[in-house]
Amino acid sequence: MRHTISVLVENKFGVLARISTLFAARGFNIDSLAVGETEDPAISRMTIVVKGDDCILEQVTKQLNKLVDVIKVNEFNDIEYVERGNCLVKVSLSRSNRNEIMHMVEIFRSKIIDISQNFVIVEVTGSEDKISAFIRKVMPYGIKEMCRTGVIALGRGHNIIKVSK
Amino acid sequence: MVKRTGAQILVESLLKENVEVVFGLPGGQVLPVFDAIYESELNFILVRHEQAASHMADGYARSTGRPGVFIVTSGPGATNIVTGLCNAYMDSVPLVGISGQVATSVIGQDAFQEADITGITRPVTKHNFLVKNVSDLAKTLKEAFYIATTGRPGPVLVDIPIDVQRASCEFAYPNKVDIRSYKPNYNGHPVQIKKAAEAINKSERPVLYIGAGTIVSNAENEIFEISKKASIPVTNTLLAIGAYPLDTSLSLGMLGMHGTFYANKAMQVADVIIAVGARFDDRCTGKVCEFAKKAKKIHIDIDPTAISKIVDADIPVVGDAKTVLKEMIAFIDSKDRKDWLNIIDAWKTEHPLWYNRNDDKLHPQYVVEKISELTKGEAIVVTEVGQHQMWAAQYYRAKNSRLFLSSGGLGTMGFGYPAGIGAKFGNPDKEVIVVAGDGSFQMNMQEMAVAVLNDINVKVVILNNQYLGNVRQWQEMFYSKRYSHTCLAKRKRCQKWCNSPKRDTCPVYVPDFLKWAQSYGASGIRVTEKKDVESALKEMLKTKNSVVLDVWIEMEENVLPMIPAGASLDSIIMRMNG
Ligand SMILES: Cc1ncc(C[n+]2csc(CCOP(=O)(O)OP(=O)(O)O)c2C)c(N)n1
Ligand SMILES: [Mg+2]
Repeated sequence: MRHTISVLVENKFGVLARISTLFAARGFNIDSLAVGETEDPAISRMTIVVKGDDCILEQVTKQLNKLVDVIKVNEFNDIEYVERGNCLVKVSLSRSNRNEIMHMVEIFRSKIIDISQNFVIVEVTGSEDKISAFIRKVMPYGIKEMCRTGVIALGRGHNIIKVSK
Repeated sequence: MVKRTGAQILVESLLKENVEVVFGLPGGQVLPVFDAIYESELNFILVRHEQAASHMADGYARSTGRPGVFIVTSGPGATNIVTGLCNAYMDSVPLVGISGQVATSVIGQDAFQEADITGITRPVTKHNFLVKNVSDLAKTLKEAFYIATTGRPGPVLVDIPIDVQRASCEFAYPNKVDIRSYKPNYNGHPVQIKKAAEAINKSERPVLYIGAGTIVSNAENEIFEISKKASIPVTNTLLAIGAYPLDTSLSLGMLGMHGTFYANKAMQVADVIIAVGARFDDRCTGKVCEFAKKAKKIHIDIDPTAISKIVDADIPVVGDAKTVLKEMIAFIDSKDRKDWLNIIDAWKTEHPLWYNRNDDKLHPQYVVEKISELTKGEAIVVTEVGQHQMWAAQYYRAKNSRLFLSSGGLGTMGFGYPAGIGAKFGNPDKEVIVVAGDGSFQMNMQEMAVAVLNDINVKVVILNNQYLGNVRQWQEMFYSKRYSHTCLAKRKRCQKWCNSPKRDTCPVYVPDFLKWAQSYGASGIRVTEKKDVESALKEMLKTKNSVVLDVWIEMEENVLPMIPAGASLDSIIMRMNG
C-alpha cells in the first residue's frame, strides 16, 4: 500500500540527513521525497511517499515523530487530499513522431517548454499515476533523459496541517 | 550582563546543571575548554582512552540516575566515543557528550583532526548538535541535558568548534526549555489504562515483564504493589535486575536466552503479558512468531516506537511507567491466583537454576554466589560482556535497582571496568565490584591508572577461563567444537586446531594480571581452587584500594540454561549432553 506522509520539520541544516538516516537504518524505502520551505521560513515541509503495510507505516510515522527536529507527522490517506508531481521528459523528435507527440502533450494537458531540432522537452504535472502513464506513452518514441520530482500534497478544504501556536 | 567565552560558558553551564564529575581527555581542538576548566570548580577526571570516558559517564548515569558527562577532542577523540554513545543509546542511558571541533571556517575541508562527528553519531544518539554560534551555546547545552534526561533517556552529543569556544557573548544560563518539536508524553491514556486493568482482572495466568524503563521511571514500588495485589509473577530483563526483589515467591528472575526455565515457561503459557518499560528484545522473545502466542499483550512504554515494533501490542499504553501504573492500581482487582502460582512453584522446584555444587571444581557460578552472599546483594556489581556477565546476572542477587549494571543492547566488551569506575564516582560509599571476563577486561584495563590515581576503590573479579568464553560456547554447541580464534592463551607454537585446553599444559597466559595490577600500585590476588575462593573474596573486600582478583575457573564451563539464537522459548536447553 502506498502512503503519502506530510512531515513538518524545523528548517535547520542536517534535518534531511536525520530523516534519510532514519529510513536507511530501519530499512524503510522512500518512494519519493519533496522538501521546501513553508509560509513560516522556520519550518520546512517534507512530503514523503512510502510503500508498505500498515505496520511499516505505523513504525515510520512513530520513528519520524521521535526525531527531535520533527514537529508534526500526518498521513494523507486518512483525509481527503490532492497531490501533484512534476516531470520533465526529453524525447527525440523526428518527422514521423512529431504529430503523435504533440497529440500526447495535448491529451495529458502537458506543456512543451523547449524545442530544438531533434529534441523536445515536455513538462507534465499531475498525480503520480498520470505522470507514469505519460512516461509509458512516450517511452516508444525514445526518452533521452528525464527528471521527476517527488509529489507534494495538501489536504482538501479545511484539512489543514499546521503547527499549532 | 557579563561576557564569557564559549569555553567558560560550557564550564559554567555544566556547573549550573550540578554536574558532579566529568570524564575525558584533552586535545588541540578543545584547548580553550581545558583552559577554562583549569581554574574552575569542575571535577574533571582524566582518562586513558576516550571510549572509557564515555563508559565511565554511562556507569555513573546508570548507577545514580543522573546524566553522565564527558568531554573529548575532535577527530580521533570524537570517533573513540562512538561505541560509548551507541552503547548508551541502546540501553537508554542519559549522557551529555561534548566534543571539540575544528573551526567553523575550515569545517568540510578535511582539516587536521576533523571528523564529521554529528554525521557519524546521528544514528547512535538521541540527538546531536553542532554549535555554530557562541550565542546559541548556553541554550543548546540546556536542551542537551533536557533531551538526554527526559522521555526515553539517551545520549546527546554537542560538537563545539574551537572558534566558538574562543568567541564570547553575554551569558545567562536559561532556566526553562521549550522545544516545540519535542514534548514527551508522560500520562497514559485513561481509556487504555482501564482496558489494561480489565484485561488483567480477567486473566488467569498474567505475567509482568519488566525492563529498564521501570528503573528509569522509579516504578519499582508500583510494580511491587500491583504484583502483590493481583498475585502476578514478575520476570525482569537483564537491565531490570534488582527492580523486583528475588526473595519473593512472585519473582521469576530473568527471562530470555539465559533466563530461568520458569520465567520463559511462564511467558509461553501466560494469557496476559504486561510489558513495562521493556522492548521485546530478541534475546528475550526468542523466535518472535513462536513467542507467547496465547497471551494478550499490554505494553506500557514512554517511547511509542517501542510499541508494536517487534510484538504486536493488543493494549498499548504510551506514558511513563510510574504515572501509568499508579493510575492503574485502583482498577486492578485483588486476587490470589492460587492455581497459577502453584504451577509456577512446581516449575521452580523442578527446574531451578543449576550448576554442580557438589564437586570441587572451581565453577564461576560459585564465585558469583559467594560475592552475592558476602555483599548481601548490596554492592554495585558491574559486568563486562560474555559468559561471566550471564553468570553474574543469574547468581548475583541484587537487593535493589541500580546495583547491577551491564551492557545489554549493544553487548560491549570493555564496558564493565570503566563503567564500574564511573559508578564508584557516583557512589563513593558503595562497594563496586566488576565481574569481568579475561577477554573483555583487556579491552579497557588501562583505566586502572584512573582508579589508582583518584583513590577509586573498585574491585575486579576476573572469571578467567582463558577464552572468549561466550563465543567458545557457541562454537562448542553450534560449530562442532571448532574453537576458531577464541583461545586467549594460544601461541605461535600451539597446534593449529585445539579444543582440549588444560591449565597445566597450555602455554602461560598473558598478561599476568597480578603483576599487571601491581605495576599500577594496586593489589592482585589469584585463586585457582574452589576452597580458596571465599577467603580471597574476603581479603579483597577488606582491602581499601583497587584489587584484581584473578579466578581461574573451569575453562569450558557453559552458561545454562540456553535458548539458541532464533529458537523459540520452548526449545530451552537445560543441560549439556554427556
Ligand atoms: C567489543 C566486542 N567485540 C566482540 C564481541 C563478541 N563477544 C561477545 S562475548 C565475547 C567473549 C568475551 O570473552 P571474556 O571477556 O573472556 O568473557 P567470557 O565469555 O569468557 O566470560 C566476545 C568476543 C563483543 N561482545 N564486544
Ligand atoms: Mg574469558
